[in-house]
Amino acid sequence: MPDDKKTLMELYRKMVTVRQFETMAGEYFAAGKIPGFIHLSIGQEASSVGVCSCLQPDDYVITTHRGHGHMIAKGADLKRMTAELFGKQTGYCKGKGGSMHIADFSIGILGANGVVAAGLPIISGAGLSIKLRKTDQVAVCFFGDGGANRGPVHEAMNMASIWKLPIIFVVENNQWASTTPVSYSCSVKDLYRRAAGYNMPGQKVDGNDIMAVRKATTQAVARARAGEGPTFIENKTYRIKGHFEGDPQKYRTPEEVKKWQEQKDPIERFSRLLFKKKYLSRKLADQIQAEVAAELKAAVAFAQDSPLPEPEEALTDVYVES
Amino acid sequence: MSERILSSSAALAEALQEEMRRDETIFILGEDLVSHAGIFGQFKGIPEQFPERIIDTPISETCIAGCGVGAALTGMRPFVDFHFSDFITCGMDEICNQAAKVRYMSGGQVKLPLVVWCPDGGGLRAAAQHSQSLEAWFVHMPGLKVVMPSEPRDVKGLIKAAIRDDNPVMFFQHKKLFAKEGPVPEDDYIIALGQAAVKRQGSDVSLLCYGSGYYLCLEAVEVLKQKQIDAEVVDLRTLKPLDMDTVAASIRKTHRAVTVHEACVTGGFGAELAARIQDELFDELDAPVKRVGAKNVPIPFSPTLEDFVLPSVDDVVEAVRSVTYR
Ligand SMILES: Cc1ncc(C[n+]2csc(CCOP(=O)(O)OP(=O)(O)O)c2C)c(N)n1
Repeated sequence: MPDDKKTLMELYRKMVTVRQFETMAGEYFAAGKIPGFIHLSIGQEASSVGVCSCLQPDDYVITTHRGHGHMIAKGADLKRMTAELFGKQTGYCKGKGGSMHIADFSIGILGANGVVAAGLPIISGAGLSIKLRKTDQVAVCFFGDGGANRGPVHEAMNMASIWKLPIIFVVENNQWASTTPVSYSCSVKDLYRRAAGYNMPGQKVDGNDIMAVRKATTQAVARARAGEGPTFIENKTYRIKGHFEGDPQKYRTPEEVKKWQEQKDPIERFSRLLFKKKYLSRKLADQIQAEVAAELKAAVAFAQDSPLPEPEEALTDVYVES
Repeated sequence: MSERILSSSAALAEALQEEMRRDETIFILGEDLVSHAGIFGQFKGIPEQFPERIIDTPISETCIAGCGVGAALTGMRPFVDFHFSDFITCGMDEICNQAAKVRYMSGGQVKLPLVVWCPDGGGLRAAAQHSQSLEAWFVHMPGLKVVMPSEPRDVKGLIKAAIRDDNPVMFFQHKKLFAKEGPVPEDDYIIALGQAAVKRQGSDVSLLCYGSGYYLCLEAVEVLKQKQIDAEVVDLRTLKPLDMDTVAASIRKTHRAVTVHEACVTGGFGAELAARIQDELFDELDAPVKRVGAKNVPIPFSPTLEDFVLPSVDDVVEAVRSVTYR
C-alpha cells in the first residue's frame, strides 16, 4: 500500500469521519432521536480505517455490533447510514436493521451482527467461495476480544487454515467485553498467540497506530491473495465509550479511560506523524474537521427529513418474491 | 398473607437469594453478571451475599449451557443466565440434544436439575437478533419444561419451583416486564409448575395468555367492557406441562377462546392450544379458536415497523369481536 501524501491524508479524513460520525450518533442517541441501543467505536479508528485501507472495493468485510467504523472505512454512504440509525425508510436497511445490522453488500460488507462472533463461520464461507470462484479477493472478519472466546472462532480458524482460505481474522482487542476485562476472560494475554494452534501467522499490532495496522494488514492481504492462507491479526486498542451508550460502566475507572484517551488517541497520534511530515497543519486539520462536520450535518438533515417506513413495509423482504 | 410491591427483577433476586440460602448446590452462571448484578439488575444483592456462587463466564454460550448440563449431572443445581433469549441458538445442542434427553437415553439413571433463564421479547427497538420470543421451540422438545410468567408474584413462585424441579426448565421473562411492579407475598411460597391462574373471571370469552400477552389481555378487557363483552383472563404461566384442566374449565364456561402471545403466530404456542381445544373440547365451542401474535416476520428495528409487527391490544379486541360475533 502506498504511503504518499494523498493516501495518508485520505486516511486521516476517514478517521476523522468515523470519530465525528460516532460522536454524532452518541449525541442523537442521548437526545432520543436514535431508537434501540448503539455501540460506538471511538478510539478504535486506526483499526477500522487502517485495515480497510488495504482492501480493494470487491474484497469482503464482516463486522460486528460495533461496526459503524468498519462500514465508513469500507466506503459506506453517511446519509444512508445515518438514516438507518434513525429508523428511516431511506436507510441502508429501510429501517429494518438499525445500528447493529447496518450493511451495504454492494461495497463488500457481508453484514454487521447482533450475535457476537457470528461473523467467523460466515467469513469461512466467503473465503471458500473466493477459492472456488478462483478470484483474487480476500475476506476480512472483525471481531472482539470477547467474541474470541466463542466456539465458532475455533471452527472457522481451523477450516481457514486447512483449506488455505484467503481470510484475515482481525480481533480488535479493546480490553473489555461489556463488563468483562480481557485479563479475566481470555486464557492468554496476547490473543494472536492462539494463531499458532491453527498453524497460521499471528501478528500483534499496536491497534492505535494506523501505520502499524496498515503494515500488518498489507502482509496478511498479500499472503491471502497469493493463496498462502489466513492470518490472525490482533489490534490492541481500547474502547473509550461504554459498551453501549448509557452503560453505567461500574466495572472500570474513569482514570483508566482517560489514560488511553490522553496518551494513545489514534487520531492524535496519526496527526503528529502528519505534522512531522508537514502534510498537515493546524489550519488544514481544522479545515478537514469542518468539511467532515458539514458532510455529517447533511447526513443528519437527510435522515431527519426522510420519512419513517410505512408499517406494512415490515412484511416485505422476508423472502425473495419470484 | 401480607404483601409488598416489588418489580419482577426484585422478585427474582429475592427468590434466588432465598433458594441459594436454602440449598448450597445452587449457583448462577452467565455473562456479565457480577459487575452490574445482571443486565436487568435481576441478581441484586447476590454478588455480595454469594460471591462464589455467581460466576461470570467468557462469551461462550455453548459451554455455558454445557456447564449447566455437566454440573447438573454431578450434584449441582445450576441456574444458567442466557443474557438474551436470542443467543440460546448458540447453546442449542446442549439444551435440546443433551439436557432434554440425557435422562431418557440413559433409561432414567439421572436427574437434570437445570434452569435455563432467558430474557426475551421485543418492543425495545433492538431488532431481529435481540427481540425474539422462542418459547414454542422448546415446547416442541420432549424432556424440557417451559415456564413464562407475567407478574412479579408469579416470577417469584415459579422460579422457586423451577429451581427445585429435577428436570431441565426453560424460564422466559419478557425484558419489558422486569421493571413492572406488582404485589408479592412476604412469606416463602411456591407456585407449582403446570398451574394456570384465572386472573379475571368473565363469561363471554376465554383469553388464554402468558408473559407479556397477559398485560395485553388486561388492557383489552377494559376496552371490551365498554362493548359489554365480559372476558375471562387465563394466565397459563407454564406452557409445559400445560394446565389443560383450567383451560377446559374456562372454555366450558365461555365457549369461546382467543390465544394471545407475542411470538409470531405461525407455529406459535397458540397453535398447540387451538389443537388441544378442538380435540378435547370441540362440542363446547361456539366459535373457532382465534390466535393473536406477532406477524410472521423477523422483528424489525424502526418503531413504526416494530409496532406494526408486534401484537396489540386492538388485535386482541378484534379477535374477541370475531369470536363473539359482535
Ligand atoms: C452470542 C452472543 N452472546 C452475548 C451477546 C451480548 N453481547 C453483545 S456485545 C458483548 C460484548 C462483546 O465484546 P467484544 O467481542 O470484546 O466486542 P466489543 O463490544 O468490545 O467491541 C456481549 C456479551 C451477544 N450479542 N451475542
